[in-house]
Amino acid sequence: MTEENGKIRNISYFQAIFEAHQEEMLRDERVVLIGEDISLYTKAGILDAGLERRIFSAPISENGFCGMGVGAALTGLRPVVDLTIASFVYLAMDQIVNQAAKIRYMTGGQATIPIVFRASMWHEGSNAAHHSDRPYPMLMNAPGLKIVVPATPADVKGLIKSAIRDDDPVVVFEDNSLWFQSGPVPEGEHLTPLGVAATRRPGDDVTLVAIGGAQKVALEAATALASEGCSVEVIDPRSLVPLDRPAILGSVERTGRLVIADPANRTCSAASEIAAIAAEEAFHCLKAPIMRITTPDVPIPFSPSLEEPLYPSTEKIVDAIQKLQ
Amino acid sequence: MPPNDSERIALLRSQLAIRVFEEAVKKQLAAGLIPGSVHLSIGHEGAIAGGCAALADDDYVIGSHRSHGHPIAKGADFGPLMAELMGRVDGVCKGKGGSMHLTDHSVGVIGESGIVGGGLPLATGAALSAKVLGDGRVCLCFFGDGASNQGRFHESLNLAAIWRLPVVYLCENNLYGATTPARNVIAVEDIADRAASYAIPGVVVDGQDAEAVYVVVAEAVERARRGDGPSLIEAKTYRYGEHAEGLIIPVTYREEAEVEQWKLRDPVALLRARLIGDGVLGEAAAEALRAELEQQVAEAVAFAKSSPLPAPEAAFDDVYSNPITGGAR
Repeated sequence: MTEENGKIRNISYFQAIFEAHQEEMLRDERVVLIGEDISLYTKAGILDAGLERRIFSAPISENGFCGMGVGAALTGLRPVVDLTIASFVYLAMDQIVNQAAKIRYMTGGQATIPIVFRASMWHEGSNAAHHSDRPYPMLMNAPGLKIVVPATPADVKGLIKSAIRDDDPVVVFEDNSLWFQSGPVPEGEHLTPLGVAATRRPGDDVTLVAIGGAQKVALEAATALASEGCSVEVIDPRSLVPLDRPAILGSVERTGRLVIADPANRTCSAASEIAAIAAEEAFHCLKAPIMRITTPDVPIPFSPSLEEPLYPSTEKIVDAIQKLQ
Repeated sequence: MPPNDSERIALLRSQLAIRVFEEAVKKQLAAGLIPGSVHLSIGHEGAIAGGCAALADDDYVIGSHRSHGHPIAKGADFGPLMAELMGRVDGVCKGKGGSMHLTDHSVGVIGESGIVGGGLPLATGAALSAKVLGDGRVCLCFFGDGASNQGRFHESLNLAAIWRLPVVYLCENNLYGATTPARNVIAVEDIADRAASYAIPGVVVDGQDAEAVYVVVAEAVERARRGDGPSLIEAKTYRYGEHAEGLIIPVTYREEAEVEQWKLRDPVALLRARLIGDGVLGEAAAEALRAELEQQVAEAVAFAKSSPLPAPEAAFDDVYSNPITGGAR
């Protein structure tokens, strides 16, 4: 993490998101916001009223306004497109995957697409299957996109700011369960570089990579296991594309064990990709099978008694790690 | 405003440039020098040349899979276009785009979408940039009859209408989406009628008459530039060849007589005859114009043939403009 001079305050993940927007919009007049219901931001005082001219509160037309953002990025603006809820990314898949991700390549480098798509994952809230997806693995399979999964208020601010300044399309997958959690964020300029993981807790016995909202349960599991004498290193990849392979592989080389907690569905999850990389590149160091703690391959159900047990939990992680010993 | 004499000659030149280039493409395809499939604009020259002639040099164009004519009419060099079709390193897209994607940013042609209708939102976004940046630019978006059935047609026109964006949507309606007759799959007779849904002008124009296209597009461009928002223009036109050149269609989906009927109103021949008849251009000058373009295209073919194929490792270039190595600290 890039540390700055400003003093540290505790602010919410949500507030951090909008500090990033406000600062970047004030810093660079080419930054515009596009999304549904976003005129509320200035009306509620979340963003300065003076920014209204660059806020386009769009009709419910995800494919249209995501593509409009791509066209604007092609021609000199730096749009931030708010998809509201990550499951809506499918409506815009053509413009994100066929256009945003590919235009630079297909034009032989003539085009530059500096665009940010924000997608908030509303699982863990009885929102049922149309509002609860964690679709980042699908987009990891679309070359040309960069993908970040911030897990802390400092990182969501720092990664959004870096994403806005990056010249490539970046998709920011926010975990809605984190929106109202607070954490330390430096005052003023604060950037988190893309492609750099953070070690949240050092350890020697097991490497535990946890993605986005799974960080919370991963850290709880590490604390619980510490009392049993098991030292768990918790890594937050922060970016899935590009992925900080050296950070993950370096840790696995020391610990010899790898567990990955990923709220995405199991098949072809981010956890699957990280497991495959470790199996290919750190096989000689492994003392135990690689374990994935993911959400099983079912759509997300409505009832809390059905939904809640599906996600990675502290108990599932503790169990998996205990079996590796 | 109808075009003046020099603008009329420029219109003929632009149409002829497309025609001569496309004829050469056919030859090079037959000679085995162009890989993949090729979508020719022969028959569409009036709509394309007429539309692009109404633009300023720094205005934007976004087009479709039938992409060759758009950069030519916007003034692109033939060489890099032909080299692209041959998949060569000096291709305008370095051999990454090909026939459906002849994008040339140097002349403002910023996208050619192989996904039908994919360019409509992009054009809307280019117009959003022009509005926010206040640079006075306009975007001309070419698309086909098939694209008008895509959801993004509706989404894009609505977005442009609510924010009065400076964009002109120009439909090259060639009456067939691949083999499907447009009349079977479009609920209205004229696609231009759909403009009513967005409270914007909708105009039908004879796509074989480049001058008529020029006049209506120029009016729409002027309207867009003064901040009055988008227009929808439908140019009725026809493609003489198959959907893709060399594509074998085992059934008859359009009668040969229909094709021949349309060729009687060939957009290039029509304007040529009109200019000679009006005394704007002599026979000899018209022939010289064609000969000059044939010479330029022959040089483009030679340039393309002499350009090497890209090295296999170039497949990894230009995925990102800022490729970050994971773990860079």
